[in-house]
Amino acid sequence: MDLLLQRIFDAITNGSTYALIAVAMVLIFKATTLINFAQGEQAMLGAFAVLQLWNWGIPMWWAVIIGMLFSAALAAGLERAFIRKFDPTDHLPLVIITLGLFLVINAIAAIIWRFDPQSFPQLFPSGNAFTYNNVRLSWYSIFAFGSCVLVLLIFQTLLTKTKVGLAFRAVSSNLESSRLSGINIGPTLQFGWALAAAAGTLGASIYAANPVLQIEPSMMLRALIFSVTAAALGGLDSLWGALIGGLTIGFVQSVVVQYIPFIPNEMSLSAAVVVLLIVLTLRPSGVLGTRTVERV
Amino acid sequence: MTTPLLRVEDLKARYGPVQVLHGIEFNVFKKEIVVVLGANGAGKTTTLRSISGMVETSGLIEFDGQPTKKLNPSEIVRRGVAHVPQGRGTFPELTVEENLKVGAFIRTDKDIKTDIEACYSSYPVLYERKAQTAGSLSGGEQQMLAVSRALMSRPQLLLMDEPSLGLAPQIVEDLFTRFVTMNQDHGTTMLIVEQNAQLALDIASRAYVLESGEVTIEGRAEELVNDDAIRKAYLGT
Repeated sequence: MDLLLQRIFDAITNGSTYALIAVAMVLIFKATTLINFAQGEQAMLGAFAVLQLWNWGIPMWWAVIIGMLFSAALAAGLERAFIRKFDPTDHLPLVIITLGLFLVINAIAAIIWRFDPQSFPQLFPSGNAFTYNNVRLSWYSIFAFGSCVLVLLIFQTLLTKTKVGLAFRAVSSNLESSRLSGINIGPTLQFGWALAAAAGTLGASIYAANPVLQIEPSMMLRALIFSVTAAALGGLDSLWGALIGGLTIGFVQSVVVQYIPFIPNEMSLSAAVVVLLIVLTLRPSGVLGTRTVERV
Repeated sequence: MTTPLLRVEDLKARYGPVQVLHGIEFNVFKKEIVVVLGANGAGKTTTLRSISGMVETSGLIEFDGQPTKKLNPSEIVRRGVAHVPQGRGTFPELTVEENLKVGAFIRTDKDIKTDIEACYSSYPVLYERKAQTAGSLSGGEQQMLAVSRALMSRPQLLLMDEPSLGLAPQIVEDLFTRFVTMNQDHGTTMLIVEQNAQLALDIASRAYVLESGEVTIEGRAEELVNDDAIRKAYLGT
């Protein structure tokens, strides 16, 4: 029993960080049905920026906020320079561009910061909030989960209560009628890219601040796969689905592998993908995704 | 004669290698309802999309005395042209009320709320469903919403692409009656593309017939209703 509880707590920790990257992907997918494969690397670059700022003596949380703004601005620039020229409904060129960005950003980070893992500052109080027998719930887990929920609430408010949020949702829903309503598509999508990158940077910073992890240019490779899986599981166009997906993947990763003895630890990623397959067979749009009905 | 609200001259448009419009010419005057008739593929939709700046064109499109050639769709909406595209003029995932707010996207004045309420009082069914998503409405209700959405930008010219498409005859009649009311009460100028020639000619003052990207017949609606060629080709009698 204790072990199960402990594993669930671990699931929340990992799941929250996957969810933050997944949220970023969901935002871009919602608007353009495009999966941005560079999302994880943009987040990693943002986290390195946070580390750099902190090394320069800027207080931790200021470094995070400036890092998020930096990655938002960078994403807005990338959107303007590489994405906007292309037809948003033609995905192949865009997917290839995001894969290219993935490689380039990874290389740039490796040139600047090298491949050696570095320790990342503690974002949250260390130690445990709660200990019972062998079960420990760390402050880190609580804050990671709390940050994720907070980001989702902020995004939801932005999307439903502001004019640019309404425009963003309109573009997601019907590109042609958005144009015909006077919405400028480019800047609206740019807003989505910026927002997604800011969430990603927060996610990667929290991920790197995990006491058992360090920051290095390839740290998001694994997390990216988990996050894409999480996003697909929750429903690629649902913000809260990303949280559910993230937690589910975290849960599969820690609980299933613990309790099903014939699945070795190395197979945890595969186990997550199997769960994804099962969910998508039962609900093709994911747990909370919009089921599309086409009138023909 | 007054200058037309919309003047189109030698308008050519192409999709890739396929030329769709071969230099068409027509006018729409203030407070008129003008209808464009034509078979599938005649270039009706392309004509409307050209006016809204959605396709590359050559030739002249002048709105309110100003050429619109260099403007993007968003700027054309701001000049006062609203466009209800064919069959998919709503935002299905957004609520009815949000659809109307998107329609008012270009506006910054304080009367948006009043206009939404005015829209609810002319379409009570939209009021009843204001918190539902547009996708959950019936076809007729969606078309009403699409037209209302377009009117929220307070346009001088309303372009409508086959508003009757896929709707039951009774609903189409109701919709067209509303167009007449809108035109008489608010002086909304309309350019309507239609396949339902009978109804369209009933409410229009003038009509153009497009065939393979060219205007072949034009005239007053009541004359065209009795024109033999039109009767054969579009009225089925």
